[in-house]
Amino acid sequence: MQETHTIVVPDVSAEVRQQLLAFVLQLADTSLILAHRLSEWCGHGPILEQDLAMANISLDLLGEARSYYQYAAELEGRGRTEDDLAYLRSAVEYRNPLLVEQPNGDFAHTIVRQFLYDAFHYHLLLQLQAGPDQQLAAIAEKSVKEAAYHVKWSAEWIIRLGDGTDESRRRVEAAITALWRYSGELTTPSATEQALQQAGFVPDYAAIQQQIDEHVTRVFAEATLPVPQGVFMQKGGKTGRHSEHLGYLLAELQYLQRTYPGLTW
Amino acid sequence: MTVTTNLSLTEDRIWQLLEEVSDPEVPVLSILDLGIVRGVRLEGDEVHVTITPTYSGCPAMNTIATDIRLRLLAEGITRLHIHNQLSPAWTTAWMSEAGKQKLEAYGIAPPQDATGHVLNLFGQEPVLRCPHCQSTNTRLVSQFGSTACKAHYQCNDCLEPFDYFKCH
Repeated sequence: MQETHTIVVPDVSAEVRQQLLAFVLQLADTSLILAHRLSEWCGHGPILEQDLAMANISLDLLGEARSYYQYAAELEGRGRTEDDLAYLRSAVEYRNPLLVEQPNGDFAHTIVRQFLYDAFHYHLLLQLQAGPDQQLAAIAEKSVKEAAYHVKWSAEWIIRLGDGTDESRRRVEAAITALWRYSGELTTPSATEQALQQAGFVPDYAAIQQQIDEHVTRVFAEATLPVPQGVFMQKGGKTGRHSEHLGYLLAELQYLQRTYPGLTW
Repeated sequence: MTVTTNLSLTEDRIWQLLEEVSDPEVPVLSILDLGIVRGVRLEGDEVHVTITPTYSGCPAMNTIATDIRLRLLAEGITRLHIHNQLSPAWTTAWMSEAGKQKLEAYGIAPPQDATGHVLNLFGQEPVLRCPHCQSTNTRLVSQFGSTACKAHYQCNDCLEPFDYFKCH
């Protein structure tokens, strides 16, 4: 590493610090896993411009993940680096919600997964930016500008696909049916998040959910798509109970460091 | 080997040297044109340079840090600390006017002030001038271009594609 990162750790009890570490790792894992999924499209996009768009969004998320992992390493204070945290933790230690580990499927599946996540991500970052944790606020201030481009891109594609051809509509509806059930976990606080909400470090998810609902309803209306109602919501990723997809993803993501520990460019 | 202490070193001199470090992705721009150097501090013979990333995942940041180190090393500056600062977040408003002119001459449309809310969907893009033929009859091809900081446009008159350094 060439540069040093000026990281300010808040003055809190050891217990809150552990909770904060778990939350920052959850944010890091979420960005990293979605970045990896999007990177799988590289060279396979439906057209060149959208291939580039997905690679760009992937890169933004990877940069955001690095900032969180660097902060997590500092919070943990045991000498582990950002790379150790990303490459040497197993699937049960990962804390990303189930949505982001779902396979790419067709382009419509990727777009629906992205839009559901982007809407949450954008509104979460707006809140974190104004939060009491200086480092999280700084990362959010940086990333929210990028997340705004992401949610604009995925919203426009929801509209093109929903209000497009019979085929695009059939595909986007199938993707919504398959993925909507994973959207609730994003704003369902885990025990750790509840504790941090009490301490003021994690924003009120009910308020964020309301902003997401307005955002999604507006975009779906323009896409002429009905907003699903009363769907049973899956959860588990934020407490380490993942779908079978994550193990395969990590096998690829971590292969090099597991096979040649400590390898660098 | 002779060890020399650079007695004449000043913060102004360091800024001059940084002007000679260019962006690896857009080599006509210096890192000062881009507005990513946030501060220079001289403490005895220790030099502190604070930089900020343009985009979170910008792969050029490591190269820029290396280039700063090499340029200052050539002046005998060995005690260099490069700090990476996230907040306040970089914005294209920090790009110098000279930098914007250099960009256009290089074939990249410089950032324009955003006309509407960042989340407006479809057709809210700024009117851009084609850096090749100066026509303003241009269209957005994709918000995401060849690097994280650029969008992809095309001129409807000369038909040339061009990059737009997007507003951020």
